[in-house]
Amino acid sequence: MAKHEYAFYPGCSSQKGASASNYLTSVESMCKTLDVKLTEIPDWNCCGASIGYAEAGELPRHVLNARNFALSEQHLPGQEIVATCAACWLGARETRERLTHSDTLMSDTREALKEAGLTINEMPNIRHMVEVLIEDLGFDEMKKHVVRPLEGVKIAGYVGCQTNRPFGVDGESFENPQYLDKMVEMVGAESIPEYEQKVTCCGGALAFSEPEKAQAQIKDIVESAYDHGAEMIVTPCPLCQANVEIYQGHVNKKYGTKFDIPVMYYSQLMVVAYGGSAKDAGLNGQVIKARRLEEIAAKPVKR
Amino acid sequence: MSANTAVAEKYRNNFLKEIEEQVEMGDWVKMCMQCGVCSGSCPTNFQSAWEHPPQELFMMILAGKREEVLTSSSMWNCTSCYNCIVRCPRKLPITHIMHGIAEYAHRLGMAPKMQPTRFFSGLFWKNCTHTGRVNELKLSLGLYFKDGFVQGVKNGMAMQAVAIGLLKARRLNPFELFGGHKCKDQTGIQAMLKKAYEIERSRKTAKMAG
Repeated sequence: MAKHEYAFYPGCSSQKGASASNYLTSVESMCKTLDVKLTEIPDWNCCGASIGYAEAGELPRHVLNARNFALSEQHLPGQEIVATCAACWLGARETRERLTHSDTLMSDTREALKEAGLTINEMPNIRHMVEVLIEDLGFDEMKKHVVRPLEGVKIAGYVGCQTNRPFGVDGESFENPQYLDKMVEMVGAESIPEYEQKVTCCGGALAFSEPEKAQAQIKDIVESAYDHGAEMIVTPCPLCQANVEIYQGHVNKKYGTKFDIPVMYYSQLMVVAYGGSAKDAGLNGQVIKARRLEEIAAKPVKR
Repeated sequence: MSANTAVAEKYRNNFLKEIEEQVEMGDWVKMCMQCGVCSGSCPTNFQSAWEHPPQELFMMILAGKREEVLTSSSMWNCTSCYNCIVRCPRKLPITHIMHGIAEYAHRLGMAPKMQPTRFFSGLFWKNCTHTGRVNELKLSLGLYFKDGFVQGVKNGMAMQAVAIGLLKARRLNPFELFGGHKCKDQTGIQAMLKKAYEIERSRKTAKMAG
């Protein structure tokens, strides 16, 4: 039996051929090393994300998330739900909080769920993968598996918004969370605790609808990483990753910059440090190639 | 009588009450003490300035400026970064109030028609609830072609390098156009959402009558 077991909520962007498919690749490999067993919630659905608000309304949005709770309870009773996506985690946690605080919302939700033949008896705990790593495993356990430290690589820890606000990780501040920097140090790389854009918004969905506004933010986020001598940026959020990575070309055109910095997931750094291959770490999923990590991943492992 | 005229008539001279009863988290609005921390913490207000930042919208609601608030493009500038929520000294759930006012203006048909984030927001919800999961390709194409075919091709061309990068990285699947990821129990999802809308509508109507 695995040391830790969870009901897994991968989210739309992690699916095959979707924008964060390489995140899932690296998470699966990371969990194998750490003996964490993730069982996908059967037939899970989209969380609605924050941007669905124009049409979502209050109850439909919570019912959508509650369907996943009901499926999890039915198929994976007693297991906590773990999400890798910041928006999935936030959406599900918000629903959990609202339903817990309002009997009316709870009974209305149950009534709507009946239409899909589902019900909720117990409210599940909703965890983000980084919470599992930090709280259930801990830094010592994570560090034990490092066989190929990322020595000499300087990495800016970009936490972004939704993994940090409004819920965040317990014990961390909203203005200057430290856990990502600690994870960077844990894999043997050099962190930049003074990176002042670590909780700046990437523009979220406005990167699609009003790109000029989002790109102004992305410029600040990337520029500051360069100013601090970073070789790459690391983040726990799929939308932060995509927005900060794929629009660097547009930012360059608009602002005359020469940005070309890889944007990674924490799980990719861990897989490489744990001795995994470039493929295990999903490095082939980078639009801006992480050459330095590819080199390290090709090196033999110190056992 | 349109939905808008009906509510406007019912809540005549009491826009605050209308917001409190009809908008998600609207009952928090009167708690605002006009400190402006939300405006100073907002990334899109900081970069390009909202027409009316959150604390101004709150005061306008108290002042009964119904038309100006509901037709404003301001709320649609929210990126859902939640910075205003965590910094508000009075703990107002500002992000949710902004979404709530925007949703209400959209529901009444008063929100600015051409506002791009309003369009994208509706598109996203329809996209993800259609099959239960987001179809990223259809979502992007839906946005690029919102102003017609010619503009759509132009937008597509502007995004060409980004799309090719994603294709090469296998993070964009052209076959999503002909199906893509979906939930098995789509019938159940549609039925449950239909019920949820019905309940929500009847609760709002009851508040108006009561």
